[in-house]
Amino acid sequence: MKLSHLIVLTGLLTSVATRLQAATETFDFKDPKGVNNAVFKLDAPLESINGSASGITGTVVFDPENPGALTGKIVVASESLMVPNPLQKEHLHGTNWLDVTTYPEISFVSKSFANVQTAGNVTTGDITGTFTLKGVSKEITTPVKLTYLKDKLSARVPSLKGDLLVLRANFTINREEYNIQPGQYEDKVSPTIDLSLSIAGAAIQP
Amino acid sequence: MKRILKILALLVLLGTAGTWLATGANRGWTKTSQQVKTLDPVTGIEGITYEPKFLPGVDFLAVGVFGTLVLGGASLFVRSKTNNH
Repeated sequence: MKLSHLIVLTGLLTSVATRLQAATETFDFKDPKGVNNAVFKLDAPLESINGSASGITGTVVFDPENPGALTGKIVVASESLMVPNPLQKEHLHGTNWLDVTTYPEISFVSKSFANVQTAGNVTTGDITGTFTLKGVSKEITTPVKLTYLKDKLSARVPSLKGDLLVLRANFTINREEYNIQPGQYEDKVSPTIDLSLSIAGAAIQP
Repeated sequence: MKRILKILALLVLLGTAGTWLATGANRGWTKTSQQVKTLDPVTGIEGITYEPKFLPGVDFLAVGVFGTLVLGGASLFVRSKTNNH
């Protein structure tokens, strides 16, 4: 192989590698506007508890040309879980329930993304990963909806340029499986917890 | 004194029930903050914040009824002033 051919080949490979790298973006889910939230609902026969969490961080690696390759980790600060009743909040954070001092994080780490379908800038699929709550980790699969908003970061944060990725997921967990007062107070505190995640991540471009 | 206790019992009952009804007759527990939802126009995400607001619940009503019963009950043990003239 001539030297000139080698130079051309190296140039082509570098170009392809750069394009591939450029397509994959890392989205940071620490929202400067504080809009990201996770809503939780417990509907027991005697009492309904609704609250939300705002302390969301994490990163997701997403390629709009290959959405199935999505990977990432989302973390919710246990301390940020909020309910409107102060006593209920104290109980929720306390050692008998979530024990937020010992277990400061609730997390989800993705393993695989299946049944991926993309229409325009919206991708749906079933994401499987490890959900950790109160120190107990379980593998769960949940439907997820991703909306890729190219060049929309500046519309949200004028001083920054880049893309946005909106992630929405709704799923249900059983508190018994995460050692949260198993079998106790089920008439007032539902054994199932409905979770709804609505978060946006930003991939800042230099 | 008997009369004062009876009036106080009535005022506590009316005050408690009136406050509870005026603030929306919340049938849950008393809340000290309220959810405020704001829509992010770019992402379409509904952000949730909490603003301080006192919303009395059924526990507030129960305390009021209990107070009324205590005052009303106490009035039964107080002798009425008798007029000797």
